Amino acid sequence: MYTQEQPQPVPTSPEAAVAAATPATRTLSGAEATLHALLAEGVDTIFGYPGGAIIPIYDALYDFKEQLNHVLVRHEQGGIHAAQGYARSSGKVGVVFATSGPGATNLVTGLADALIDSTPLVCITGQVFAHLLGTDAFQETDIINITTPITKWNHQVTDASEIPEVLAKAFYIARSGRPGPVLIDITKNAQIQKADFAPYQPCTHIRSYRPKPIVRPEYVAQAAELINQAKRPLVLWGQGVLLGQAEQEFRQFIEKSGIPAAWTILGAGALPTGHPLNVGMLGMHGNYGPNVLTNECDVLIAIGMRFDDRVTGRLDKYARQAQVIHLDIDPTEIDKNVAATVPVWGDCKETLPLLTQLVQARTYPEWRQRFTEHDAEEIAAVIQDELFPTSDELTMGEVIQQLNELTQGEAIIVTDVGQHQMVACRYAKLNHTRSNITSGGLGTMGFALPAAIGAKYGAPERTVVAVIGDGGIQMTIQELGTIMQTGVNVKILLLNNQFLGMVRQWQELFHERRYSFVDIASPDYVTVAQGYSIAGRRVDARPELQNALREMLEHPGSFLLEVMVTRENNIFPMVPQGCGVGEIRLK
Amino acid sequence: MHQQPIDRREYNITAYTENQVGLLNRIAIIFSRRKINIESLNTSPSEIEGIHRFNIVVVETEEVVRKIARQIEKQVEVLKVYFNPNEDVIWQEMALYKVPTDVIAERALVERLLREHGARAVVIRKDYTVFETTGHREETDKLLAVLQPYGLIEFVRSARIAIIKGSEGFHHKLREFERIEPGHEVSENDYLNSRDKVFSM
Repeated sequence: MYTQEQPQPVPTSPEAAVAAATPATRTLSGAEATLHALLAEGVDTIFGYPGGAIIPIYDALYDFKEQLNHVLVRHEQGGIHAAQGYARSSGKVGVVFATSGPGATNLVTGLADALIDSTPLVCITGQVFAHLLGTDAFQETDIINITTPITKWNHQVTDASEIPEVLAKAFYIARSGRPGPVLIDITKNAQIQKADFAPYQPCTHIRSYRPKPIVRPEYVAQAAELINQAKRPLVLWGQGVLLGQAEQEFRQFIEKSGIPAAWTILGAGALPTGHPLNVGMLGMHGNYGPNVLTNECDVLIAIGMRFDDRVTGRLDKYARQAQVIHLDIDPTEIDKNVAATVPVWGDCKETLPLLTQLVQARTYPEWRQRFTEHDAEEIAAVIQDELFPTSDELTMGEVIQQLNELTQGEAIIVTDVGQHQMVACRYAKLNHTRSNITSGGLGTMGFALPAAIGAKYGAPERTVVAVIGDGGIQMTIQELGTIMQTGVNVKILLLNNQFLGMVRQWQELFHERRYSFVDIASPDYVTVAQGYSIAGRRVDARPELQNALREMLEHPGSFLLEVMVTRENNIFPMVPQGCGVGEIRLK
Repeated sequence: MHQQPIDRREYNITAYTENQVGLLNRIAIIFSRRKINIESLNTSPSEIEGIHRFNIVVVETEEVVRKIARQIEKQVEVLKVYFNPNEDVIWQEMALYKVPTDVIAERALVERLLREHGARAVVIRKDYTVFETTGHREETDKLLAVLQPYGLIEFVRSARIAIIKGSEGFHHKLREFERIEPGHEVSENDYLNSRDKVFSM
């Protein structure tokens, strides 16, 4: 059953002789079949960490070094976040290898993150021998059941013959429809076992799976009619525009319809931040205008976004006056949080052009003026002081502002989670799509450093800047080792306020400044980086800032720039928890 | 504590699925994630070979059930999901009652009991007798109450099975579907019973 060498079958009939002579069928181990499947799916990079139950696959990988670039990470969580960064910057499926037991459980955070942020991944975990399943064997864990709620699909392979078909399904499911993570658990016997494999067949269809709902033209027509009657329409767009690769279609829709458009943080960059109809960021720390005016628009057009609670605030105070048009590929999102007047099911790459055709070319000068007025208020109350402070201490905002001046919006910005994330998302200039990579739905601290590594592999021609706080970097700082070993060129911009700043902000505003365990100590990061042979510099004075940023960007390899910023800055505007978007505070 | 919304009622969820290991868990956690109790769950073949069927009963509002049904249907191996209030389905539950034969024979009017409750004796032994009845919850409950004083030894009620009154349209589609694309056989672990015969490390 687990024979490593299988005798070649002796042809017994002329047909069988012909079949045996067909070069198409190959005898391979399950491990080799796995790698052939990856190659056939166009995989070029794998992020992984070996271990006992996945040794056969790593053994096979030894002979595939030329075709498959394996990045050895320092922790499986780093591996999966790197794969997420790769997927988000490239638009391709990220691939992860991990062993059974702890290797597999270390993927859990990344899987949950990838599911909620719709990131296509195929994670391959080794598993103990099939006959040992359920015996508490060494490094056995029931990873299929652990990951069921945090994968789009998962499957355990116990026999080598299943491998090509299962992997073909895995890639198809991960990338089609609303993308998501898939985990394939392969028992060790199935990796070792030899079998005859027919040529690889990619999967293009699963009978029980409908990746895209059928577009209903009557709803598109209804949506167009609502838009054509609107006086104060507002577009909210999310990552669906990027995932559908519909940036062009989206831009055409916006430019013809003349409707002001605001974005969720995962949608950032689908329309350049400098575009005249881009009215800014939505949500708890988004811009003043789009939040306030959500409650004044008459037609709200949501495109590839899911009305997350951080975007809507209190639902009973959210856009009650508006007729809602919701374009989404995932039928479960329609009416989930906000009831749609007109649901437009489908891939926005297909629905947007239909809609663009039917909408009238308009401009809304008075309505757009309202956004300009709100912008002026926000600039006066918040932005001016944040980007051009007159105090002695550096602000996070001015660091991003200076970075913008140097990158001119050409870089990929990868952020971690917390205050620096909100600042980076609010102020980073983005000229291109797939330029803002952040952990949105799950809010995973420790995401940025490994995700930046992956993002660079996914888009090697682009500059990748990881903006990270002093809390988040300490969660996955071991990935500096991955940077050291691979020589990948990642710019690490560490904004150090010596606090877990976002929690501190809440404790200040809502808990009478009872600073409970938010004062976090840091190592000397420049020395730590040096220990990993990564160049670094620390600045705490304004006159040095631009120079230091330039040094970071111009340095031939990775660089860690630690900027000491003011300790107790708060992120504003802010929609306090339990408030409506109209109650957004400027201070 | 929130007041219980008045429009919570019994819903019968019918899911047509592939027959795959792990799908039960994938469906069950959609309920447990929201802390919704499953009142009854039955998995069985459907009228079409290769297509499996879940019958799930929950007490919830229509809005919650609609969202859950969509979440179930979103799963890769789920073909179609319906949800119906009780009046839209024909449903049955089966119950078994084990009672001491001497007590029941001496004290109960067995014949009347069986007649009134549509029950039948499945097994009659010297030491015990097992009755069976099929019907709605109130009916199986009624016999339970009747038998309780006679030293009831064991009682069990099955999950609910339900047939949707207006299901003809979908049935035809399903049959056509299976004809065009036959399902795969369930993939199971063939090695569990060969522990001692295999190489491992």
